[in-house]
Amino acid sequence: MKHLFNKTHYSPGELSKGGKILTYTGLMACLSLFLFPVAWMFFTSVKSLDEIVSNPLSFFPTTWNWSNYLEVFQNHPFATYLWNTSWYTVVTVVGTVFFSAMIAFGFARFRARGQTFLFAIVLSTMMLPQQVVMIPQYLLFNSIGWVDSYLPLTIPAIAGSAFLIFLLRQFYLGLPKELDEAVTIDGGGYLTIFFKIILPLSLPAMATAAIIEFMFRWNDLMGPLIYLNSQELYPLSLGLANFTAAYAATPWQLLMAASVMAVLPPLTLFFFAQKYFIQGVVISGTKG
Amino acid sequence: METNTAPNRSRKPLKHTSIGARREEKYFWLFISPWLIGFTVFIAGPMIASLYFSFTDYAIMGEASFVGLQNFVNLFSDPLFYRSLFVTTAYAALAVPFSIVLAIGLALLLNAKIKGQAFFRTFFYAPSIISGVSVAFLWMWILNPQFGVVNSFLYEVFGLTGPGWFTDPYTVIPSFVLMQLTAVGSTMIIFLASLQQLPKELYEAAAIDGASAWRRFRNITIPLISPIILFNVIISIIASFQIFTQAYVITDGGPDWMSYFYVYYLFETAFFQNRMGYASAQAWILFLIIFVLTFLALYVSRKNVHYEYDK
Repeated sequence: MKHLFNKTHYSPGELSKGGKILTYTGLMACLSLFLFPVAWMFFTSVKSLDEIVSNPLSFFPTTWNWSNYLEVFQNHPFATYLWNTSWYTVVTVVGTVFFSAMIAFGFARFRARGQTFLFAIVLSTMMLPQQVVMIPQYLLFNSIGWVDSYLPLTIPAIAGSAFLIFLLRQFYLGLPKELDEAVTIDGGGYLTIFFKIILPLSLPAMATAAIIEFMFRWNDLMGPLIYLNSQELYPLSLGLANFTAAYAATPWQLLMAASVMAVLPPLTLFFFAQKYFIQGVVISGTKG
Repeated sequence: METNTAPNRSRKPLKHTSIGARREEKYFWLFISPWLIGFTVFIAGPMIASLYFSFTDYAIMGEASFVGLQNFVNLFSDPLFYRSLFVTTAYAALAVPFSIVLAIGLALLLNAKIKGQAFFRTFFYAPSIISGVSVAFLWMWILNPQFGVVNSFLYEVFGLTGPGWFTDPYTVIPSFVLMQLTAVGSTMIIFLASLQQLPKELYEAAAIDGASAWRRFRNITIPLISPIILFNVIISIIASFQIFTQAYVITDGGPDWMSYFYVYYLFETAFFQNRMGYASAQAWILFLIIFVLTFLALYVSRKNVHYEYDK
């Protein structure tokens, strides 16, 4: 894993002058195509609706209406949405990553009959479209009165994510078994090994897993759409999706201000953890 | 980065008489118990239930009444089923090849020896993490027929009246594809990682033989990364067939049902119309489609995908 980004593998070598110009032109063209929408979102979020409608091509705002951001909070339960999403995401991520690590450790470290078979089942559940189990799950949670609460969104997630189990198991297989033996000699059991050795050593892998899970939970719309009815329970995704319902004409400046605030937490997290994140995607994408 | 397969330890014959092995087995079950419980309650159980419901007429209120194959018979004479299948297939047929080609292209650019590599990698990757409702709104705004920047630009600069994008039946699917293209970052990163593991010697030998850059790409790079291409194609097909959020936020399945994607239809059947039996049948057809397409991708590619380098 650690030698992925160093220079010992194939690299195309020095580019010719023409090649260099071509490469940079390509990169800059793509970069502007990728960055433009995000910049557009930000600048729209501080314009007035008048300016947006009368001069659709102005890139920079003539006046900076930071009050748009305030208005989102004043006229909408935006703070509630933000709070709901935040605690729900954090609880789910911590639970999912911890239990996935435990399960992954089980698959990576112990010899047991049926182990290979069970792991094949874990992998095959990644292929199963969520929609197949969605309806019976809904009926189940409906019959035990969990609908319109966060329980259906958190409990199944916390029971382990196939993708994260796979990702973390790959990492654990790379850890030397001698570490376990050292603990065993000192009289520690498997739980000591897991908590004192494996968890601290796998912090980078766990960070990757946490970010992947975070992005998924933060952006998920279908789950909340199915299970939540009361507006005071809405997460950001659902609150945003219903944002325009109260207006005759779309208030684009408010919509963009809300959107900026919705993408800011994932972007910030990605900025600080991108090294782990990219590595994690790489491991899961190229192994197995 | 050698491929880790199933743990070698498990291949050794187990001595179940030994205390150590039995203890290990006990801990194995203990550690995987959350998955075991979760799998039974939230996946295996629901799968069996879903299969049963697909043969019933069930509206939450009241009992599920067994109707045999009636749901499937109805499905195959349902024009909306064919429409949803058509628009989803059309979307996948455009989104998969375009995003794979763009992802390979970007990965090649990022693999070149250039300044600011880390910077470019970060910025190409970032858009793929901010998917969801906010990005759907962003694109709805950019492609807005009246005030959106794209059409305003076309009008002001070229005097052209741009299309309605999401509001025109003919451009709505391409608009979804266009939007999806900015999210190729995760596919790109996987290609980049595989490019970095290619053996240097082959390229040096080819360069000595006077092979052009295009020939080296065509005859060395593509065959060597073919397993990764296949992996990404399969992942993209599965994701494309499950497109939902964008359609829910931007078009509500319109205009003229031209973005009435399969999962959107399934969702409406189940949660707006409360037809749980019919929706279960739809879900199993989706499962079948994804299964067949994955199998097909593996089958078609068996002659063109090279695994030799791994061995």
